Amino acid sequence: MKEDRLVKTTCPFCGVGCTLELHLKDDFIYRVTSPFDSVVNHGNLCVKGRFGYDFLYSPNRVTTPLIRKVPQKPGARTQAFDLSEWREVSWDEALDTAADRMVEIYRRDGPRAMAAYSCAKATNEDNYLLQKLIRALFRTNNIDHCTRLCHAASVVALQMAVGSSAMSNTAAEVIQNDVFIVTGSNVSENHPIIALQMKAAVEKYGAKLIVVDPRRIEMVNYAALWLAQKPGTDVPVFAAMAHVILKEGLANREFIASRTENFDAFAESMEKFTPAVAESISGVPQELIIQAARMYGSAKNAAIYWALGIPEHTHGTANALSLINLALLTGNIGRVGTGLNPLRGQNNVQGASDSGAMPWHYPGYQRVDDLAAAEKFEAAWKIEPGGLDRNLGLTTTEIMAAVQPGGVRCLYIMGENPMMSEPNLNHTRHQMEQIEFLVAQDLFINESGAFADVFLPATSWAEKDGTFTNTDRRVQRVLQAIPPRGNSRPDWRILCDLALRIEKRLGRQVSAGWNYQHPAEILEEMSRLVPDYAGIRYERIEKEGLQTPVPDLTHPGTPFLFSERFPRGKGKFHPLDYVPSAEMPDDDFPLILTTGRVLEHWHGGSLTRNSWMDDLYPEALVEINPADAARLKIESGQPVRVTSRRGSIVLRANVTPKAVSGVVFIPFHFREAAANLLTNDAVDPVAKIPEYKVSAVRITPAREEELATPEARQKRGRY
Amino acid sequence: MPEDIHLKINGQAVSAPAGSTILKAASSVGVEIPTICYHDYCTSNGLCRICVVEVSGARTLTPACVAKVNEGMEIQTDSPRVRRARKTILEMLAASVDLSDAPDIQAMLVEYQAQPDRYPDAQTRSPEVIQDNPMYIRDYAKCILCWRCVQVCAEDAQFTYAINFSGRGYRTQIGTFFNRPIPETTCVFCGQCIGVCPTGALKPKKQWLMEQGQTTDEIMRLTRSQRRAKTKKTTQPAPEGGAA
Repeated sequence: MKEDRLVKTTCPFCGVGCTLELHLKDDFIYRVTSPFDSVVNHGNLCVKGRFGYDFLYSPNRVTTPLIRKVPQKPGARTQAFDLSEWREVSWDEALDTAADRMVEIYRRDGPRAMAAYSCAKATNEDNYLLQKLIRALFRTNNIDHCTRLCHAASVVALQMAVGSSAMSNTAAEVIQNDVFIVTGSNVSENHPIIALQMKAAVEKYGAKLIVVDPRRIEMVNYAALWLAQKPGTDVPVFAAMAHVILKEGLANREFIASRTENFDAFAESMEKFTPAVAESISGVPQELIIQAARMYGSAKNAAIYWALGIPEHTHGTANALSLINLALLTGNIGRVGTGLNPLRGQNNVQGASDSGAMPWHYPGYQRVDDLAAAEKFEAAWKIEPGGLDRNLGLTTTEIMAAVQPGGVRCLYIMGENPMMSEPNLNHTRHQMEQIEFLVAQDLFINESGAFADVFLPATSWAEKDGTFTNTDRRVQRVLQAIPPRGNSRPDWRILCDLALRIEKRLGRQVSAGWNYQHPAEILEEMSRLVPDYAGIRYERIEKEGLQTPVPDLTHPGTPFLFSERFPRGKGKFHPLDYVPSAEMPDDDFPLILTTGRVLEHWHGGSLTRNSWMDDLYPEALVEINPADAARLKIESGQPVRVTSRRGSIVLRANVTPKAVSGVVFIPFHFREAAANLLTNDAVDPVAKIPEYKVSAVRITPAREEELATPEARQKRGRY
Repeated sequence: MPEDIHLKINGQAVSAPAGSTILKAASSVGVEIPTICYHDYCTSNGLCRICVVEVSGARTLTPACVAKVNEGMEIQTDSPRVRRARKTILEMLAASVDLSDAPDIQAMLVEYQAQPDRYPDAQTRSPEVIQDNPMYIRDYAKCILCWRCVQVCAEDAQFTYAINFSGRGYRTQIGTFFNRPIPETTCVFCGQCIGVCPTGALKPKKQWLMEQGQTTDEIMRLTRSQRRAKTKKTTQPAPEGGAA
């Protein structure tokens, strides 16, 4: 079979940002390949990139604007998954209804009643527009997205210590590492293409890998050392490594003197973290901590890669700081093959953050409480002086908590699914029921969209133009491959049409500017306001993406950061203390639950559970160590009930040494057994990120009839 | 910089960096040598022998994809002996494998005037299409055993080792350990194997269903249970020896 067209674009799944070639016949993507000379992935793809696109053709997809038949009241809002509960309407009617109700609530209750969840799956242009809409029209900073639920603490810690919050180095530089640490990151399932480069680094380039993770993840097979800390004890482990590096004279004194500050206070705070103390808290044998410290401390080029196992704690900021301290202490930053590399989860979580879909920052991390920044955006959006809100907005978790009379009344959700992704979902459900007016802009009526009054059918990434910014800061093109399905529309167009309607109803004399003919114009507007994007134009990234910062139109991009200086000047050491997790196991709830993803699925499941991917991994499984399983008299495949202080779910057990004793793992993709019914909504005080990685649970046997989908089973052989 | 090696290809003086293969050296001066199993981004193994060339003084023909250049080499890439060898290789391939999805090899058959019917008693290898997973099918009647899929599954890309050769000689086939269905192997469904397959033996399932005449709407309406029912029928382990 020969394709009608071949479209080169960027993968919509994870932060790696692989180049895809979509093979199309009759507007159907029947095959996906990748050019072997692609800079990010060298022709390699994972199951999601190769096969996971088919959600966009799913019969479950909604491609007509919808309004709920039964008007919804705050306090009694219900979920409507079935199309029979909705009325198909024209775009005009849907957008007019949304604009009318939003303006009505804004007029009555003011800016604090308005809030939006933006979308790390959407393009930079879409995110830029939604934050512009919320800020310029409703004069509030109540906009956030899932970065709050994933790397918020990494972002905050990196801002505190170095003044920039992205991966410092290019992912492919891993083959130039002598030693690298992977912690809190199941790379081979969540960033599979980076995992290939890591495996090659070990197997072909002689790098040594240190895995610090409370699960026996696949990368342990490639590791020189595996430090299996108890969940939530990252600070003692990494602080003890710093302790050893200091005691054994492995610190880089020259780097510390010339590039850092606050060393003395930091060094003093590391005194108490002897390897013996760390062992008593974390369970990691002190010999392993000492070996890891020597390995990392004496390497010529060493790097640290981490994902959500570090930030998703009530002390997530401290966790991330403990890693940053190590890099500053040994000077493993600012050169090729070194660095501090938070692996970003979503395809465009870096870009959504860069685009200002966050409550404390305008695009480009310019603070909303900074007068000069606010004036700059007032001028750009033609708003009267003092018009923009100078107060920090509410974060993702705070928005949901603030849904009450006198608080948030109107929520606009673009592509997010808080009813799967928020911690303590029973509480989230209660809050969603209290919303007065809810708009969902999505492909599917997911668990959150089912609560909406108005549903706006958006297009997928293959039906629109735009840009994504990947985990190593590369701004890459997304190309429209097929026309919008049915009556769906690209997000940027929906937002512009809605903004114009709102602006008219508000009687604003001067428009903030919504008449874009093409997403390229949106990115150009953003690049005038964000110095790191100043040199990015569509025509410059048609062939290959550019890595930010790109300060001008001839700049070639920045593969690694901080070669001369840190954005905040000197790198700042932070003294640390050990703070236990909010909820520790006890007699009633003796096991620690940690949550995450599996290779075959994506987050809340809106996409992959509407894909054939669901066949490969059709049900939630709780991973449990053979010793724990034997004690609880549980066999692999047996239904079990997992209960925390907040909720209870039934799912099958997967008895596997991948789980260490005392720690169980549940992926959060499955609505039938939603892991986030169990998780704790305690948050990090600085970054406001919830503690998804540690909650106390108990496991009891359950009956086959208690499973939501007992027939869904797929035997699998992969690790 | 490696030292340059001087040699002659089809009478033309060529210099190439030490360590280059004959294939690369030839390509650098515009002499194209045909390849089948060779792939720019996979380890070369010289399996198919279509790239053989005649090196003066050598007893046998030399596979250009793996043989390195040597000082003073004199190479003929298109001599009668070379062409006869290629013709025979193509005839044997075409006599035993379904090459209908391999337009490049079909073009070579024409170019080398290959006559597959020279072997009237040849047995075509025609194992059934294996549909044991929702992502891709394996149609080993089209497999020329180029080894690329095995290599990308191993150290060339994935380090996953889900597939390898099984059987010997005529019965050689790519397979899984104990002929297990793909989902029960270490396979991570990255599809790198599909990306490098030169003959359409490995194909995304949706592409295959389209080629079977199903419309895209029909394909997308296939529910999980329907797909599973289909899968069940065809996942019986192949008999010992695979292909035959």
